[in-house]
Amino acid sequence: MVRIESEQVYIPEGLKHMENFTPVSAIAGGLLIGVAATLMLLVYGRIAGISGILGGILFPLQGETLWRVIFLVGLVAGAAVYPLISATSVQWTAQTGSIGMVIAGLLVGFGTRMGSGCTSGHAICGIARISKRSFAATGVFMVTAVITVYVLRHLSGLVI
Amino acid sequence: MTQMKQFAALSVVFGSGALFGLGLTLSGMINPAKVIGFLDLAGNWDPSLLLVMAGGLAVTFPAFQLILKRGAPILEAKFYLPTRKDLDPRLLGGAVLFGLGWGIAGLCPGPALAALTLLNGQVFLFVAAMVAGMLLHKVLAE
Repeated sequence: MVRIESEQVYIPEGLKHMENFTPVSAIAGGLLIGVAATLMLLVYGRIAGISGILGGILFPLQGETLWRVIFLVGLVAGAAVYPLISATSVQWTAQTGSIGMVIAGLLVGFGTRMGSGCTSGHAICGIARISKRSFAATGVFMVTAVITVYVLRHLSGLVI
Repeated sequence: MTQMKQFAALSVVFGSGALFGLGLTLSGMINPAKVIGFLDLAGNWDPSLLLVMAGGLAVTFPAFQLILKRGAPILEAKFYLPTRKDLDPRLLGGAVLFGLGWGIAGLCPGPALAALTLLNGQVFLFVAAMVAGMLLHKVLAE
């Protein structure tokens, strides 16, 4: 399985401040996600979009629930197995407090249903289908998130 | 679909989910700090998320083009694909709301579900609110 002991990569002098950049694990993880989405379409004909799959469980259609539950159980199982097969521990640092988590969760849940997808469905699968809607949605949520982070962290001093 | 075929298909679905969860964790995208590190262009910028997307698309972009030339998937009768083509206010408005939430917490649906394995109260809070947001949309959309 994938085992990355430490990520000592050459970083050019001018980019030395990017000490958080983890290019090897980022590309390797991205490839795994790409293979996962490809298997799903090739074998089962479905789009591996997480918000659509979760939303589909909340509002079930006949015959469209079991595979969704199995996919999400697999996703959680894959994440659970990672620490057992990797030399590195899983890092997780909250970027907001409890109130921020609730507000963000509501926005992400509501917004992904209203906008028919999230990072996986639009940015990984939709762009690969050359869907105009997915290109537009990806651009809009990326730009909105960048502006949100800028306003919260550099303009307002407001920490939620 | 025969039972055997159904079992094979759902096994692949499980494997796909597991690879997805593994990829999210390996890539570091499970960690809100990595996501905010990417979105914070004016801070200590971390381009990792861009390479996760590039890695994913390096597989899906060519693969999807080839797969969609087939008449049907291997173990299903047809492809289940979105049919809408137009850019409507709901799509763009939804993307704005999602972007706001993503920028506040650094969590999107996949990493949030994968992070449930960390048994962290903050993750449970986010996922509960995310499910509530989806239910709220359902109620308001009707």
